[in-house]
Amino acid sequence: MAVQLMQEKWQGVISTVTIGATKEDGGSRSSTIKIGAEESLPCLFKEGAIPNKPRVAFEVWDVPPVDWPRELSQEFSDSLNDPFVWAGKCIKDYNAELICLRLQGAHPDYQDKSPEEEAAFIKEFIRRVNLPLIILGCGDDAKDNLLLPACSEAARGERCLIGNATQENYKAIAASAMADGHSIIAESPIDVNIAKQLNILICDTGLPLERIVIDPTIGALGYGLEYAYSIMERARLAALSGDKTLASPFICFVGQEAWRAKEAKSGEPSQGVMWEVITAASLIQAGADLLVMRHPDAAVKAGKFIDKLFYKK
Amino acid sequence: MFIVGELINGMYGNIGKAIAGRDKKVIQECALSQVKSGADALDVNCGPASRDPVSDIKWLIESIQEVTDKTICVDSSKPKVIESGLKAVKGTAILNSTTADLDKMDILVPLAKQYKAKLIGLTISAKGIPQNKDQRLELAAEIVSYCAEKEFPIEDLYLDPIAMPVNVAQSQQKEVLEAIHEFKIISDPSPKTILGLSNVSQGSTERSLINRTFLTMALGFGLDAAILDPLDSLLMNAAIASDLILNKNIYCDKFLEAYRNK
Repeated sequence: MAVQLMQEKWQGVISTVTIGATKEDGGSRSSTIKIGAEESLPCLFKEGAIPNKPRVAFEVWDVPPVDWPRELSQEFSDSLNDPFVWAGKCIKDYNAELICLRLQGAHPDYQDKSPEEEAAFIKEFIRRVNLPLIILGCGDDAKDNLLLPACSEAARGERCLIGNATQENYKAIAASAMADGHSIIAESPIDVNIAKQLNILICDTGLPLERIVIDPTIGALGYGLEYAYSIMERARLAALSGDKTLASPFICFVGQEAWRAKEAKSGEPSQGVMWEVITAASLIQAGADLLVMRHPDAAVKAGKFIDKLFYKK
Repeated sequence: MFIVGELINGMYGNIGKAIAGRDKKVIQECALSQVKSGADALDVNCGPASRDPVSDIKWLIESIQEVTDKTICVDSSKPKVIESGLKAVKGTAILNSTTADLDKMDILVPLAKQYKAKLIGLTISAKGIPQNKDQRLELAAEIVSYCAEKEFPIEDLYLDPIAMPVNVAQSQQKEVLEAIHEFKIISDPSPKTILGLSNVSQGSTERSLINRTFLTMALGFGLDAAILDPLDSLLMNAAIASDLILNKNIYCDKFLEAYRNK
């Protein structure tokens, strides 16, 4: 007798978030990207629809990073000084479909660029790069509160994903994302309770749950990956069981975390790339919808892995 | 937990009057206020004074369905009234209820099957109300095996151990609670359990306190559903907090709001 597989039936569904607005949508992007909408746990294609595959975003900075390890920075040695060339290389050489622009230059410890300067930069970037965009602040709460609303307005109508909002700092970001038609990233410190609370708080400001992407905060391989994995799994199980307040897609900052590992920085050939790829592959199985990656070889490998998983016979 | 709002019952003065005078608005407002307070289903009972319950229940259900598509719990002891109600339900229905008596089950179990309704089985029989846990279990087993024999899905069966007023049957309360736990292990898949909660405080003072204490204890024993007054916000808060303690929902500081906006 054939063995019958036990299949779970879920009542919940992850919300769909669209990034990028084309001309028809009132923006100027060449394409849009949809994430989320899963009706089952990752890769369990028979238990429910998984209409959108996870996507890889290439991380680009407005200023040259100062502490990137050699294995990583040498890939962009000719372009780190110029974000337009950097983004162009991602698109031309590695077929990037999504750019994650980090405005590190605004950080008081970096170049302390003003919100007006960064807003002008965003406008220029939008003019010259036509992919859907994720826009990240500099990570300094006080500065991001001024920076992100200015950049949100500069990108009005382009349906970007803007972040990060945290439990202590979400009001200004949520309000401007709502006014300018963007979605936002809600960051919680590897804590499912705070992820849920923050989603409710943001929702209370008027931004619908369907425009939130959760950054669960991750750890790289060997640095708490399994904690991130179990938090994502728990949130996803609750969401699929009907908890709408946790039914948001996940964004994972894979490159940022993987390249902090001392093993990635060891100088062994390709070890950093592998660290980033393995971290990404694990998180895809935890339910990641968006992977923000740094090394182009790692990004391409992760993309191939995704295509294999989602290959339909 | 699954909450069935109990307020649309002809026994209550305003509802009885609305039924007699065919005042839709009163019924619809009562339905919506219960849904807004967290009811997953609405119990519908014409009450003892109804002269024509077969048409009254149809009218009640049709009126309610104009404003909400929540599950309707068709509540009557008369099979003809129940059938009239089930016919009127457009979405999911719960048949409330059969006893463990064969003559009742012979009519009501096929009826529930025919209308794809869930079924509430009271662990009570013509012999009277059970006096301890074992008698409740015996009646529960009779209902479960009858349903299994007739191929009624056991996961759609809700067993009610019959709550007794605490001021007249104090020694019964623990028996009821333990019965809830043991009902779950009668079969696999388990039947579900339900309580007509307000009965426990019938004739007592401090009704709200007794209701919510009993509810939280019953939930601790594995209760799946209750028929109760969802407008009692302290009762609802206790139910929501119980789900949290039982790890059925993920905690966050705004868990009450999260549950109510679910």
